[in-house]
Order: sequence, then C-alpha cells, then structure tokens
Amino acid sequence: MCAQIAARVAVRRSPVLCDDDTERGQTLRMPLLALLAKEPAHGYELKMLLEQIFGEAYPSPNIGQIYVTLQRLERDGLVASQDVVQQTRPNKRVYELTEAGRAALASWVDQPSEGPRIRDDFFMKLALSPLAGATDQLGLINRQRRDYLNQIRGLSTLASGTEPGIARLLIEGAILHLQADLDWLERCQEELL
Amino acid sequence: MIAAGLLQARNITKTFQADGTRVPAIRGVDLALGRGEFVAIMGPSGSGKSTLLHLLGGLERPTSGEIWLDGRRVDGLSQAKWAVLRRRHVGFVFQFFNLLSNMTVADNVELAALMGGATRRQAAQRRDELLGDLGLRGRADAAPARLSGGEQQRVALARAMANRPSLLLADEPTGNLDSSASRAVLRLLGRAHADGQAILLVTHDARVASAAERVICLSDGMVVDDAPLYPPAGTRPAPDRSASAGAAPPLSSAALTRVLRLQG
Repeated sequence: MCAQIAARVAVRRSPVLCDDDTERGQTLRMPLLALLAKEPAHGYELKMLLEQIFGEAYPSPNIGQIYVTLQRLERDGLVASQDVVQQTRPNKRVYELTEAGRAALASWVDQPSEGPRIRDDFFMKLALSPLAGATDQLGLINRQRRDYLNQIRGLSTLASGTEPGIARLLIEGAILHLQADLDWLERCQEELL
Repeated sequence: MIAAGLLQARNITKTFQADGTRVPAIRGVDLALGRGEFVAIMGPSGSGKSTLLHLLGGLERPTSGEIWLDGRRVDGLSQAKWAVLRRRHVGFVFQFFNLLSNMTVADNVELAALMGGATRRQAAQRRDELLGDLGLRGRADAAPARLSGGEQQRVALARAMANRPSLLLADEPTGNLDSSASRAVLRLLGRAHADGQAILLVTHDARVASAAERVICLSDGMVVDDAPLYPPAGTRPAPDRSASAGAAPPLSSAALTRVLRLQG
C-alpha cells in the first residue's frame, strides 16, 4: 500500500523534474519571454516574478530550470544576455528580449491553445487495464473519483486563502477542469460498467 | 452499525409502478450517518439519489427495509408524524424549492423557525441571520415567484435551516447557483457542520462534494462506493469496504503541481 502511494507520487513528480527539452521546459519558455518583454531581468528575479503573479498554487520552477531555459532561449536567438558587475557579489547575468524573441512571443499569444486532453493517463489505464488482466474497473473509477475530490478539496482551501486575481483564477480554473473530469468519470462508469 | 448513529438505512428498496411495470429505483441500500457527519451522495442522473433522499426524509415510503432516525424506527410513520419530525429535527431542501408562494421570502423562513418551536423573537433573529448569510436581505419582502431560480434555492436552504435541524437533507443545494452564490451556500453548510448539524446532500457539484467528510456513490439504485475523503489529521484511514479501494493520500504539493500543469 505504502509502496503504491509512493509510486503514484513518484509518477506525479517526475514530469516536474525535467529540463528544457521536456514539456515543462517548453511551458516555461513563453512565460519567461513575456516577463522579459517588460524589462531585462536576471534569473532569480524571473523566478520571483512568476511566483508573485501566479501565487501559491503555481508549481514554481526551480532556479536551475529557469537558467537552463534561459540558456536555450539564448541559443535559439530569442534572448540576449550580458554580465553585470556587482561590487560585493558575483556578477549577475541579465537577460533581455531580442527582436526574434518579441516575434516568437507575439505569435504564441496569437495562436489558439491546445484543446481537450486526448492523452489522459487515467483513461489509458481504464481502457487498457483489462488487457493486463485487471478486472476491477469500478475500483479504478472509485479511486480516481476520490483522488479528484481530494484535489478539489485542497484547491478550494487554497482558493479561500487567496485574494481575487490571477492566482485565484488559476486555482478556479483547475477546479473547473476537475469538475469536468468528475462528470466524465461518471460517463465512463455509465458506459463501461 | 456505528454507535453514535443519527440515521441508518438497512437494506432499503423502492420500486415504482409505471404503466403496470415495476421499476426498481433503490435496490438494497445500507447507509449510516453519524451525528454531526457531513456526507455527499453522488452518482449519474437516474441512479436513485433523489429517491434515496426522499425515503430518508420520509417524503416517500420504502418498499422494504428499515430506516432508523435517532434510535427510532421511522420508515412506517404516517405523513403527519413525519411532518412533525421534519418541523423539529430534519431540514429538507428540495430540488424544486417548494416555497410557499403566497408568503414573502422573510415569512417563508420565519414560519419554518416558528414551527420548529422558536419564539417570535428568536424566529425573526434567525430569519435575518440566514437571509444575510445567503445574500438575500434585499429580497426579504419579495414574493418567491419574483425571485430567480438561484435566489429561490437559497430561500429554500434558509427555510430548511431555520430551526437548526440536527439533520439537514438537501437535494442539489447549489444546482442553480453561480459560483459566488455557491460559495455562500458552502460557507453556510460549513458553519452548520461546525455547529454539529449532520448534513446529507445529493450533489453534482464537485466543490460541494469535496467539502464533505465522506462521499457515497450510487449507480443503478445501489451503493458502489462509500469512503471518506482524506482522513482528518491524526486518524488512521478507515478500513476499505471493497478489496481494491485505497484511501487517497492527502493532497501532496506534487499532486497540486500535476493538476496545475494540466492547465499549462
């Protein structure tokens, strides 16, 4: 049982620990460009800004992810950097947006965002577990329902302690998505069992 | 059966007759609600949620099985005796409100408190408190027919809570509400729960369900899941009823991260 929970948590965590070539790194690229569109900044400032805007619920990237992403953005010509000498501390590297970066940012804003989640991990389990000899689809649905409800519970608590604004909208969005997941779970139950 | 049980259903069934055919709506449900417990019932439409709630609130009589309320068997009580029980101990929020149309909003709520045994003064105070909590103070003198669906729903809730029932039964109490009105209802339910009232509600609203301590799922008139949401701190997870069920772990920051990533 403990091993199962540990395994589930590990699966959840793994995507967050990856670098720029993964999904997480991709989702960090555009927010960093957007922040740099306002004014040049160094890595740590960018991390603080992200946390300030998106609040507690936002999975704050670690500083390493930010530096790796900035380096790749520079490699791709979307940002440029220079070292600023500081008297009492090591030099800091300040990044600014290039023209190409500005264009990439504009085209990102203009593009419609990814639609429904077609590659849902839970659905793959539900659909394919019978092939692996697992027969308890109801148990699978029940566990998933409780998990969604527990997530909503945690997010609602977070929302009630968050001022109205961007950070709370992010949480409310996540709750609404989970509500839809629950409705859909019900559909799965009606249709498959 | 739990020792401090407030409400118990033992193997209850309900079969309706429609055009000479028997339609089973509830097919053998066992359910126990402790004093002060907050439980949500979920399930697809047509799974028997509302019927179950009506049976438990005495609005319909079960075809078979037993219902016990506060140590007393109630499934065979007459409508008149049930009416007394509901007036004093059981608040019921209907899906379709059932407000008294020839009385104002304020009188609907106040009357319920008076019938529950409050003095005139207590009833008026309770009325003001509830209408205030639910954002209805400005509608106190309106006739129910002049209200929006969401407002009527909140009046129905205020009425059901007017006599501080030890058991509140509610059928989709946020079904017609926008998110800010839903939050007001949730806050009120939370406060009632904190005051020790037991709450059993049917809901599709995940936010409401997630505020409960336990969630029961119905499918085709039967309970398919009955499990606590994450256990209160310092207690061990209750043993699961089905072999496969595992109590969900508390929401970890990693889980939050995963949820939010999906929005990314």
